[in-house]
Amino acid sequence: MSAQEIRTHAIDMSSVLRGKEESQHPNETCIKVENLNLFYGEKQALYDINMEMHKKKVTAYIGPSGCGKSTLLRCINRMNDLVDCAKIDGKILLDGENIYDKSVNVAALRRRVGMVFQKPNPFPKSIFENVAYGLRIQGVNDKRVLEETVEKALTGAALWDEMKDRLNDNALGISGGQQQRLVIARAIAIEPEVLLLDEPASALDPISTLKIEELINELKEKYTIVIVTHNMQQAARVSDYTAFMYMGELIEIGTTSELFTNPVKKQTEDYITGRYG
Amino acid sequence: MIKLWFKSGAPWIWLNAAAVSTCLIMIVGVLGLVTLRGVVHFWPHQVTRFSYQEEDKAPRIIIGEKVDTSITPAAMAKSTGFKMADDEETLVQYLIKTGNRDLTGTDFLWIQARDVKEHSDPVDLMVIERREWGNFYGQLLEVKEDHKTVATGTAAWPVLQTKIEEALVVFKEIAHLEKKEIGAINYALERLRLKQRKLELENSLDDAAKQEIAAEKAGYEVDYKQYQAQLATLYQKIRRDSLVATTESGATLEIPLAKVVRAFQPNAMSLFDKMVHYGTKVVEFLADDPREANTEGGIFPAIFGTVMMVMMMSVIVTPFGVIAAVYLREYAKQGFTTRLIRIAVNNLAGVPSVVYGVFGLGFFVYILGGNIDQLFFPESAPAPVYGTPGLLWASITLALLTLPVVIVSTEEGLARIPSSIREGSLALGATKLETLWLTVLPMASPAMMTGLILAVARAAGEVAPLMLVGVVKLAPTLPLDGNFPFLHLDRKFMHLGFHIYDVGFQSPNVEAARPLVYATALLLVLVVIGLNLAAIVIRNNLREKYRALEG
Repeated sequence: MSAQEIRTHAIDMSSVLRGKEESQHPNETCIKVENLNLFYGEKQALYDINMEMHKKKVTAYIGPSGCGKSTLLRCINRMNDLVDCAKIDGKILLDGENIYDKSVNVAALRRRVGMVFQKPNPFPKSIFENVAYGLRIQGVNDKRVLEETVEKALTGAALWDEMKDRLNDNALGISGGQQQRLVIARAIAIEPEVLLLDEPASALDPISTLKIEELINELKEKYTIVIVTHNMQQAARVSDYTAFMYMGELIEIGTTSELFTNPVKKQTEDYITGRYG
Repeated sequence: MIKLWFKSGAPWIWLNAAAVSTCLIMIVGVLGLVTLRGVVHFWPHQVTRFSYQEEDKAPRIIIGEKVDTSITPAAMAKSTGFKMADDEETLVQYLIKTGNRDLTGTDFLWIQARDVKEHSDPVDLMVIERREWGNFYGQLLEVKEDHKTVATGTAAWPVLQTKIEEALVVFKEIAHLEKKEIGAINYALERLRLKQRKLELENSLDDAAKQEIAAEKAGYEVDYKQYQAQLATLYQKIRRDSLVATTESGATLEIPLAKVVRAFQPNAMSLFDKMVHYGTKVVEFLADDPREANTEGGIFPAIFGTVMMVMMMSVIVTPFGVIAAVYLREYAKQGFTTRLIRIAVNNLAGVPSVVYGVFGLGFFVYILGGNIDQLFFPESAPAPVYGTPGLLWASITLALLTLPVVIVSTEEGLARIPSSIREGSLALGATKLETLWLTVLPMASPAMMTGLILAVARAAGEVAPLMLVGVVKLAPTLPLDGNFPFLHLDRKFMHLGFHIYDVGFQSPNVEAARPLVYATALLLVLVVIGLNLAAIVIRNNLREKYRALEG
């Protein structure tokens, strides 16, 4: 990248960031990561992470591939428990409570911390049943309650108008973008406090991506959102805070506008100006 | 040039094509032979009258169906003791089914074509299928009622047909009374006896119980007497009529109509008549009980037994295999032990099936069944209930035999489910168990069905272990009937595979039974195909429903 290009790139960023400034409210901590180290067998994947994520704000993790941002995200709802060789050391406090405490019920935790994955993963069931899945697990079988919740969740995921006439169709028959919004609807149907989005738009076309981003903007009214993304423009567009990670370490975290326009660390600057990664 | 040709891959393609065609030819050949031989058997063949005179012997008449022709080269014929003229190149022999075993002692006769002086197919030649002694071939003389002649000559034939129909109706009534009604009474009486014996063993057989049992017994005996009386009149009725016929040698024979299944004149039948005859024979084959040491009649009990056993086996093997596979794949810590178990399971599939039979007999029948008898059925000792081969043990033995295929294919199915689906479910707050039940197992169900299809295919064709753990030549009762508790898992049953072996190799009348071997084999193939098709249809529906995310 030539110097000229880098400059235009930076200008692009700042134009995207304009208007973010006024949405800064006094912040309340929702998730606090304390001295988190994670090992996959012998290999350490996360080094001493300390960070805070704020209530009803969007925090984005950026960084090159393999830097540990997805791993960190998956620590927040203990998805890493599924990996046999993963060993975690440190604390993650959700509303002041350590989620790695022995007394924590993992299933209950995951109900509070919903997650959407990189590739849409609807169940091979009807659209209705996909959204109702979380409720059914909780033992809700009242048809009226289910219908209301499904409608609310689909509306929340900006999918109701498209799907209301085909609720009984197989969820695998709809487009990728719709599937991803369906998965989001499925996650918000059980009304979590936190939504973890692991590169939610990376497998989608630009228009679907745009829709997802709009959706994130709406969802942050109600949920604390943590998003992992490869796409810096996307991070700039949707997030209030951005964390830059590199080689398993948290390099820098700050408000998105500051991190993108005025990074403290040299590594961050190099990354956001496209010098590596 | 040749080198180029080799490099082009053409020889390789030809080799592949040859291998595929060989397989196809073999399959088509097997099915074709079995179908042809099995299907032709029921067609009414022409009955021929031969004037036959061997050298130095008196002339004689032979009546029968030409079943087979053999052509032997002269030299070979000479060495086996036939006198051959110099200009004869071959010896042609016919195998004639002459029937009349009660008179001549054999059903079949080889004759030499050169010694047949004359042959014709007179229309009045008659075949009678009998309940004893096999077919009768000859000419109808007269029909008798109460030892008095009621019709003779050409008028006798239609009279005979109506009389046979009447006799068949009566015969069916008798069979129904004997098997169903009196069978039920016998069954109930046996249960009463066991109940009494049980109370005796428990030392609680007081006078009240005794009276109750005696009263019940008396009730059954009244019923029995009544049926007995009914039977007596029916027997009288069926024994009233008879027919008189002449055989090839001119002797006359009186045959009671009670022993006649059907009489027909094949040479006089039109094509349509023959087709109707064929249809009734096929229906008889499919729906009736066997007669005459299994060489005549139907094989319904064998079909029923086969299907029943395969279904029982499926019901046992599927949950077992699936649970084992789920544990191995989902819960067990992967490592040396699971590898060892997998190797053991795979090797289990290679153990010769008769070994399973031996194991089934030694463990299931004698140890397990023997102990069950001691614990739960002391009243029927010394007669065993479960301590003897039967449907339950056969099904369990075959379930054990087919367990590996179900485990292996279920495991493969579980492994194929993308982890994203599991994670999606877990991320919604489902526990591992909920994820398994609601998502993973339904998605793996087509793979389970594949395992079941393979298991069914293997189990339905298995004979060797069954001979040890429950299959018999002739089972008097079906394992499913109208007597409580309806499904009798302790009973022995008949099986198509064993039936083939029995009819083909253990039968007193091998020649007569040979077409039945083919027909039964065809039916076994059809049953297996039918069971498989059913499973495949279910699997395809499941696949459609749980089409996994691609990639």
